[in-house]
Amino acid sequence: MNLSNLLFGVYPYIALTTFLVGSVIRFDREQYTWKADSSQIFEKEQLQKGSILFHIGVLALFMGHFAGLVTPHSWFLAMGVSDMMHQIVAISAGAAFGSICMMGGVILWKRRMYHPRVRANSRFMDLFILNWILVTLGVGLLTIPVSIYHAFSGDTSAMIALADWAQATLTLNANSTLLANVGFIYKLHLFLGMSVFFLFPFSRLVHVWSMPLGYMFRPYQIVRTKFVKQR
Amino acid sequence: MKVRANFSLVMNLDKCIGCHTCSVTCKNVWTNRKGMEYAWFNNVETKPGIGYPKNWEDQEKWNGGWELHGGKLQLKSGNRRSILKNIFMNPNMPTIDDYYEPFTYDYATLQNSELVEATPTARPRSLIDGLRMEKIEWGPNWEDDLGGKFKHRGQDTNFSNMEKQIYGEFEQTFLMYLPRMCNHCINPSCVASCPSGSLYKREEDGIVLVDQDKCRSWRMCISACPYKKMFYNWESGKAEKCTGCYPRVESGLPTVCSESCVGRIRYNGVMLYDADRIEELASIEDDQALYQAQLDIFLDPNDPEVIKQAKEDGIPESWMEAARQSPVRKLIVDWKVAFPLHPEFRTLPMVWYVPPLSPVQSQIDQGNLSTMADGVIPSIETLRLPMKYLANMFTAGDEKPIVGALKRMIAMRSFYRSLTVDKKTDLAVLEEVGLTEDQVHEMYRYMAIANYEDRFVIPTSHEELRQEDFHSFQGQNGFSFGNDGCSISDNASIFPEKRKKTADNLEFVRYHPAAKRSDGEKA
Repeated sequence: MNLSNLLFGVYPYIALTTFLVGSVIRFDREQYTWKADSSQIFEKEQLQKGSILFHIGVLALFMGHFAGLVTPHSWFLAMGVSDMMHQIVAISAGAAFGSICMMGGVILWKRRMYHPRVRANSRFMDLFILNWILVTLGVGLLTIPVSIYHAFSGDTSAMIALADWAQATLTLNANSTLLANVGFIYKLHLFLGMSVFFLFPFSRLVHVWSMPLGYMFRPYQIVRTKFVKQR
Repeated sequence: MKVRANFSLVMNLDKCIGCHTCSVTCKNVWTNRKGMEYAWFNNVETKPGIGYPKNWEDQEKWNGGWELHGGKLQLKSGNRRSILKNIFMNPNMPTIDDYYEPFTYDYATLQNSELVEATPTARPRSLIDGLRMEKIEWGPNWEDDLGGKFKHRGQDTNFSNMEKQIYGEFEQTFLMYLPRMCNHCINPSCVASCPSGSLYKREEDGIVLVDQDKCRSWRMCISACPYKKMFYNWESGKAEKCTGCYPRVESGLPTVCSESCVGRIRYNGVMLYDADRIEELASIEDDQALYQAQLDIFLDPNDPEVIKQAKEDGIPESWMEAARQSPVRKLIVDWKVAFPLHPEFRTLPMVWYVPPLSPVQSQIDQGNLSTMADGVIPSIETLRLPMKYLANMFTAGDEKPIVGALKRMIAMRSFYRSLTVDKKTDLAVLEEVGLTEDQVHEMYRYMAIANYEDRFVIPTSHEELRQEDFHSFQGQNGFSFGNDGCSISDNASIFPEKRKKTADNLEFVRYHPAAKRSDGEKA
């Protein structure tokens, strides 16, 4: 097994399994630790800018990556989306939301590092996962000039290869050779991104699972009874 | 009609001496942990003052409680969508400095100091970041006994519609104590604001609790509670609140704050209310009608209709008996001397207050102030506390009920004075305020003597009704966090060994018209 196969043939499954099984175990065993872990009580102004920008950016990036990578090539063609159009949309949306996310992320990083109260009450993992996401994001942004260069030379092969690899991986047919002709910067971004999933259940990121959309539909008041009604 | 019982409190402010024993005992029991140093489930404020956290009553600032939106009840912090929209940053949430920065002192320097000329000092240090605090700027009780300038204290929103400047003058100044805790509201806005649905009201006794396992630290409850009695534990990242001392209450004991109250000002008892009328009565347009609306939601435990319905709704007979004997009910309904704190927040709070009398004895002795016919008990016009101030606090500005209550209390004093000093039964004084002789004797027994058995009428929770196997509690720890032994989660474990549970047939039902109650079928 060569390094490429280890990183892009095997590691995706390690990361995904850890992500899913780890989340389930933590949800089952450690409900008390399952939380967003807000630090707003210590600092509000920087959080306002940072948190909102970061979350809008990161949610858009996640959905963009998901749609762009997982939608089968044939579907795009059927919808009349040419590869070049796809690439241009990916570049512009990625650049826009990537920058928004980066702006927010840097504000959050500065806050976590240098606000004495927030810093004093950060756990190792809080800072570690933030750093990791920001590095992943930074490398992701660095791929944009390369993609623009590809677009100008009419070359969409890297994008197609990445999507094929992602689909192959998710259909349990991981094939690292699909990435043979993809640039190093993309591979680095892939590795960092997969690791975010690997780290997910061990960090505060688990709050993503608990996105409280059900709140829209529940009644205002909740009453619980400990009695089981008699027949 | 749907009958529900609510464990409730009344605090007789006329007897509160501001000693903070309630706060300290509560702190020792519930919040002496990391992350909760700043939190006081119970605190005593000196009024007028901005209180704890700063300006908590100013809902233009904090957007707590409910408001009417096109005639419909809605959280003041916004509809469901805008609450979710604010989930990345809650614009209404106080920060730690709005409470105060918790601190300790470098006590060790006192012991480790070398021989020095000056006495060594223990300087303050933050409990949050561990940094030196040069000066302590604010604390949980900074305004104790009117501490600080009137300019600051005068921001108290209970001064609204008043010429307040006059009360800044030394000769005109007044003060009262206001012990505050969670109101275990009938229409709690904290519960309504929780995106993950971790907050709930207990059907049996109305105590409002946070499910620590379900809380995801979305922190919407902190700002939605208009009384600012939801607290964020920054160590655990979960919301915490006054538990109504439910482990004590379930065993028929008063809450710790009530038990330890040296002034005997606290009453614990059961109130019955009609759960079907919550929305209707909480959305009455006129703020000043809300006091009466809440009186209307209470049910009479002697009414045969209510008794019949209560039986159907599963209220145990011991609870009905407690509701009939309830000291809280006597103060609130029978004598109408107790009032809810800020009914205009529309949460229908269940901790009520008897407003304080405030005679100026030295002035009366000099004959400067008018008194009742007996020449000793002051008349209500001479009381030091402005009626408008009390009314802003307890009846959304309507002075009439407050004046009525104070008059009844003064009449009781006057009547008992003539009874004990002059050996005369002065019925005239009672007639004026519409009290009977029997009533005033009972009032005296409950309000002046206030014996333990009269103050606390608390039925035990009927654990035997839900617990078929009495041994299933054995080998379990009562209180713990995390998954070590008392989890109430009903999720199947992915691990082969069975997780210990409090009780097999423990079941929580979410109240919703569409959600059916479980019939208790057990596997």
